[in-house]
Amino acid sequence: MQEHQISKADFEACMKCNICTEVCPMYEVNPLYQGPKKSGPDAERYRLKDPAFFDSNLKFCLNCKRCETACPSGVKVADIIQMAKLKYSSSTHPLRDTALSSTDLVGSVASVFAPAVNFALEQEVASKAMGLLGVDSHSVFPKYASEKFVTWFRRNARKSQDSFGSQVNYFHGCYVNYNNPQQGKDLVKILNACNVGVKLMKGEKCCGVAMMANGFRDRAAANAASNVEMFSKVDGPILCTSSTCAFTMRQEYPEVLGVDNSKVKDSIMLATKWLFEEVESGRIRLAFRQDFRMKVVYHIPCHLQRLGWQMYSIALMRMIPGLTLAVPEQECCGIAGTFGFKKEYAGYSRKIGSKLFENLRSANPQVVATDCETCRFQIEMGTPFTVMHPLAILAEALDIEITKELNETDN
Amino acid sequence: MKEYDVIIIGGGVTGAGVARDCAMRGLSTLLLERGDIADGASGRNHGLLHSGARYAVNDPEGARECIVENRILRHIASGCVEQTEGLFITLPEDSLEYQAQFVGKCRAAGIDAKAIDPKEALRMEPSVNPSLIGAVVVPDASVDPFRLVSANILDARLHGAEILTRHSVEGFIKEGVTIMGVKARDLSTGELKQFRAHYTINAAGIWGAGIAAMAGVRIGMLPAKGSLLVFGHRVNNMVINRCRKPSNADILVPGDVVCVIGTTSDKVPFEECDNMKVTPEEVKLLLEEGSKLAPGLASTRILRAYAGVRPLVADDSDPSGRSVSRGIVLLDHAKRDGIYGLVSITGGKLTTYRLMAEMTTDLICEKMSKNVRCTTALEPLPGSKGVRPSGQGLGSLAAFHRHGEDESKMDKDSEVLCECENVTRAEIAYAVRELGVKDMNDLRRRTRIGMGTCQGGFCMKKVAAALSEELGDGSKAEEFEMQYARERWKGMRPVMWGETLREAEYMRKMHAKK
Repeated sequence: MQEHQISKADFEACMKCNICTEVCPMYEVNPLYQGPKKSGPDAERYRLKDPAFFDSNLKFCLNCKRCETACPSGVKVADIIQMAKLKYSSSTHPLRDTALSSTDLVGSVASVFAPAVNFALEQEVASKAMGLLGVDSHSVFPKYASEKFVTWFRRNARKSQDSFGSQVNYFHGCYVNYNNPQQGKDLVKILNACNVGVKLMKGEKCCGVAMMANGFRDRAAANAASNVEMFSKVDGPILCTSSTCAFTMRQEYPEVLGVDNSKVKDSIMLATKWLFEEVESGRIRLAFRQDFRMKVVYHIPCHLQRLGWQMYSIALMRMIPGLTLAVPEQECCGIAGTFGFKKEYAGYSRKIGSKLFENLRSANPQVVATDCETCRFQIEMGTPFTVMHPLAILAEALDIEITKELNETDN
Repeated sequence: MKEYDVIIIGGGVTGAGVARDCAMRGLSTLLLERGDIADGASGRNHGLLHSGARYAVNDPEGARECIVENRILRHIASGCVEQTEGLFITLPEDSLEYQAQFVGKCRAAGIDAKAIDPKEALRMEPSVNPSLIGAVVVPDASVDPFRLVSANILDARLHGAEILTRHSVEGFIKEGVTIMGVKARDLSTGELKQFRAHYTINAAGIWGAGIAAMAGVRIGMLPAKGSLLVFGHRVNNMVINRCRKPSNADILVPGDVVCVIGTTSDKVPFEECDNMKVTPEEVKLLLEEGSKLAPGLASTRILRAYAGVRPLVADDSDPSGRSVSRGIVLLDHAKRDGIYGLVSITGGKLTTYRLMAEMTTDLICEKMSKNVRCTTALEPLPGSKGVRPSGQGLGSLAAFHRHGEDESKMDKDSEVLCECENVTRAEIAYAVRELGVKDMNDLRRRTRIGMGTCQGGFCMKKVAAALSEELGDGSKAEEFEMQYARERWKGMRPVMWGETLREAEYMRKMHAKK
């Protein structure tokens, strides 16, 4: 008698099985947090009756989406919680949260004064000042690069990109632009060797994930609308090296922010997924250095797992002959973007991460690989290991000359 | 043997209201209920506190009664009433002329009805059918009937009334033409007991015809079944009515965390009153018509279906028995039938229960030459005096929404057992201690336990164990669990598709006997 029987975020499909509660990393370490089922579908019914039922402890939700990955009924548990937070809560540290959420604005200022900013960030006085703002004093902030990725690209790479056999678009994101331009350079190096040109898009804005996490719904939605508009003007795939940027732009834009991305969604993908599929279909061929040796443990970021795309990064690394790869049981690292940098949450964040740290320590690799920059921060803070993006490993392992030849002859 | 001033037969809203009024006026009062309080029509309706607007065109007197009582209940039963306000919407197939007439008649009855721009209506209530061409705001409200009955019973007890549930009246103590009391069987022990009183009040709803017959009095009653559907969550926050001649399935009421569409209206034989079934045709009609009020209903999970019986009374002035008398029917059987000591109160509406009780108690006081004024319109009910919860957390807040200031009588930091409805172990203990709970269904009516999305599937075992422990008889847990599963299953069966079917299957697997 009814064709569909689901409302927004599918919350009525919840059978109350509590599998989501079982996989929630915050529920395990924090008795104040009621877990995804109670905070999401259960409490939503009460919030619809009276907003007084909004529980401020929803702030503990990491938005890691493990609940959604686990849900056998397809309920978008974390989306329900995010929407409730955006609708009913207000920030307790407005200045800090504005700063932490403005990854693009802060980044563009910081990179101009990068040496000074990096120096200052290392000083005790800075850590005290941050403490006053509500930033955890044990956190190690990512350094800022003195030359932004886009500046490097304009000076060194842009002109030659049209000369390659085909082109892709690259959404570099804030982290690559301001903190780790090398990750973008690695992608350009790999793709160029494969006879693929890289194009940046005019008007790229921060994907907005940090704004959403800090309660700035309208700013995030404005960025989302602008990015979707920009994507609709380009041809070809739009590659991301950050799993969280990709996840946010594909899933969160329509589900949480209500920004329709249906026309561009399929084009937005992770660079490792695109590259794997090109290699798999024979359009791209990779050659690796004979002398390359590395013992790697791969950490699956929660958001990448929600996309179901971790296998592409794994498969790509498995192509490297000298690389031994271990993939332990997926655990949340606990950082959740800007969450773990906040004074009031840092303890929980580290507690959640401890299981992962333990796993990594017992595997004792040379390098930990992961696709997410904030997982990287957390692993670097919590373990002695070097952390690399899978593409950085690939760039190091690739025999550039032979790869170039292989792909030229094909064209 | 103790002789009461009054015995009231029936623990629905009418009987509970009469018991409260009698007790407050100092009469020694006994109420006998065959099952549990509010388990007849009082617990099987929309939960609509009428403004009277629905009756304004056809029954101005009923409309006037409603608006007066509506205002009183907002005050004395504030803990049971949610001041949602209501909309009467005109759809393209309805007539705006009717709307104009409707507004005029409402105003004449003293109901503050205001025609507003359809766009404004959409802003006030986003779930409303966007194709509406007219809208009128009226002071309708949502009332929780379980809470309302329970609060009246509780207050009656606080004023000295005795309440006996699971006592089925089997006959009267009759001396000549005078009723001297009743014979009732205690259903939990099987014992037949006698209770004497100066006056007996028949407030048994549709079952009142049978009660009257035991006294040798005939009341012509026409059982009319009304079926309703409960949805999984609130789609609307205002009551939504169709602005047309009252018809089937044209009221959607938000009630607590759900919303309810209803009703149908079909004559049923008396034999069916104890076990009504909702038919597929009724479900289809409710869904089709309901979706015209709020299109969102067409894709919202239905939790269950249920039906109640309206106690329609045949008009005494029509010998054919076919025409129905509207409004409140108070029968003084001494005058009407020459049977002394018996009064019947029936007809009426949930909204006018207090007035019905006042009229009945006035009559009894007159007969007893007692000159005591009715104060039920002035004194707030228990649970309607609170300002904020005393405890922290969702369990306390939810309990406060259900029990008002009495939430403070519950232990703090108690474990939540029913996660859908935030019912704690402490609330269960309170309900057993103070609200006369004897089994799982009683507990559901007092606390909403198991009324949520999982229909008890998830918490039934824990709750059954906790309840039997609170009742001091741990051996009953399994019996309670099965009782509850059967009762929930019955309501789910007519709407068992989609998510409800999945939930039901899940429930069956978890609770089926091995």
